[in-house]
Amino acid sequence: MKLAVCIKQVPTREWQPRLDDSKTWIREADASFEMNEPDAYALEEALRLKEKHSGEVVVCSAGPARVAQVIREALARGADRAIHVEDDGLASADAFATSTALAAAMKDEKFDLILTGLQSDDQGFAQVGVIMAEKLGLPHATIIMEVEASGANLRVKRELEGGWFQWVAMPLPAVLTIQSGINQLRYATLKGIMAAKKKEIRKAAVPAGAGSKQKIVAMYTPEKGKKTQIIGGSAAEAAKELVRKLRDEARVI
Amino acid sequence: MPGILVVAEQRQGKLNRASWESIVGAQQIGNNITVLVPGTNTHGPAGELAAAQVREVVTLEHPALEPYTPDGFTAALADAIGQLSPDVVVLPHTYQTRDFAPKLAARLDRAIITDVTAVKGGAADQGTGVSVSFVRPMFQGKLTADVQPQGPGPHFVTFQIGAYRADQVAKGAAPAAVRTLSIDVDASKIRQKPEAPFQQAKQAVDLSQAERIVSVGRGIKEQANIHIAEELAAAINAEIAASRPICDAGWLPMERQVGSSGQTVAPKLYLALGISGAIQHLVGMKGANTIVAINKDPDAPIFEVADFGIVGDLFEIVPAIIAAVKS
Repeated sequence: MKLAVCIKQVPTREWQPRLDDSKTWIREADASFEMNEPDAYALEEALRLKEKHSGEVVVCSAGPARVAQVIREALARGADRAIHVEDDGLASADAFATSTALAAAMKDEKFDLILTGLQSDDQGFAQVGVIMAEKLGLPHATIIMEVEASGANLRVKRELEGGWFQWVAMPLPAVLTIQSGINQLRYATLKGIMAAKKKEIRKAAVPAGAGSKQKIVAMYTPEKGKKTQIIGGSAAEAAKELVRKLRDEARVI
Repeated sequence: MPGILVVAEQRQGKLNRASWESIVGAQQIGNNITVLVPGTNTHGPAGELAAAQVREVVTLEHPALEPYTPDGFTAALADAIGQLSPDVVVLPHTYQTRDFAPKLAARLDRAIITDVTAVKGGAADQGTGVSVSFVRPMFQGKLTADVQPQGPGPHFVTFQIGAYRADQVAKGAAPAAVRTLSIDVDASKIRQKPEAPFQQAKQAVDLSQAERIVSVGRGIKEQANIHIAEELAAAINAEIAASRPICDAGWLPMERQVGSSGQTVAPKLYLALGISGAIQHLVGMKGANTIVAINKDPDAPIFEVADFGIVGDLFEIVPAIIAAVKS
């Protein structure tokens, strides 16, 4: 089974946002980055499918030079080789530009199954997998919690809202967007890290016509919808004051 | 006056309430609104939605639309949008929309802005020369962006669940006209074969009825620490709940999950312990009357929706709260 996994590099959860001078994007120099969490689950799922069906896992990422860090990490976890669509403009690209770039770099590879996370923890479009499927002319399913592949057929468990699920069958090749929590993640071993250094990373250029279809005109810290009363003091003082407020002001305990 | 097409969500005659919220969103953009109701048994929901102040309601009835598939919906809606030629297409940001709307926009080669929470420069600012921008969260809610679609219309916009309240909808003086649109869908081209939906957990716990909820997030660090939250819940007679990562890890059962993929709750008191407040969690609990956030990160988005906040170590603060409640 020839598997592709599309991964994105995003700021870490601990990152404190700072804006650049244009006030339309973040100050990248201040940020530390990691693999987008849902994409890590997609990678894990691909590695498990390879273990079951044999074949190859190719990791694909579209972004500036810095994304080589998460590509190396994916290779260390067990991906066989990588494709890096490298361009500085991809750092803040919309899902349309990202999917166009990824689809162009992947189309001649004739993958059986392409996996990616259901959305990214940066811009959070939840669109890339679905647009890629359309660009490649492949069927897709989103928010997947279980994958069964046999021969030319695929059966996947989709998460619906409010605790509902649904199995969907479709022919391969196909594109899936993977939900966090579908499996237990593995971490890279020292042996994996050493092996990753010898694995191939093919560089690809951004194709023509892959511009963003939306423009960020302003970026800012969220406006507070509510006035939050921050209670200070020691843990004991703050706790006592909170309980008083919940009892006497809010009357909820 | 831009033509706005709202794509309502319904299944076999049962309307998804988020459709009303999308109409409210559309009413912020302009007032030349058509509501499209795709699926089967569309007449009931179409009749309900005709109460809104809109130009007309159009049903898109076709057997290939039940059960839902992204291939079927993309083909049907591409046809309908071709016939109706709107400038803006508005949808609720449901799981179903997320499954087909990007494909539809890509097929038509048009912009799609998802998870929108507000509109700037729309109906309220008409004539001021300001072009419309759409407000959406980014970086897990740590930042907000004003975004404008580029290129020719129709532009697609999906509104976050809870961005507007269904009861904010402007109602018309008389019901809007309802008509049917004929479309051509080749059912043999639908590649997805869906089976019947099912529920995994029995949902023995109905968190939506809970008066008080103590909810835990990543800040609880490990499963062995869950008891701290359970003790607090017992002390104030609350149900225990969690954000998605906690349930994914199996530390609490899935039916305790609050958020877009779990339950939506509106208790009198929601006490969030070590929950950063990713947008997927906030949509499930921001309707609570009183929200308390305890988090070590003063910039955590949870504080944006909290009434009371304590910045600090929950492992010190929670035992102190339990002691204070008991004293």
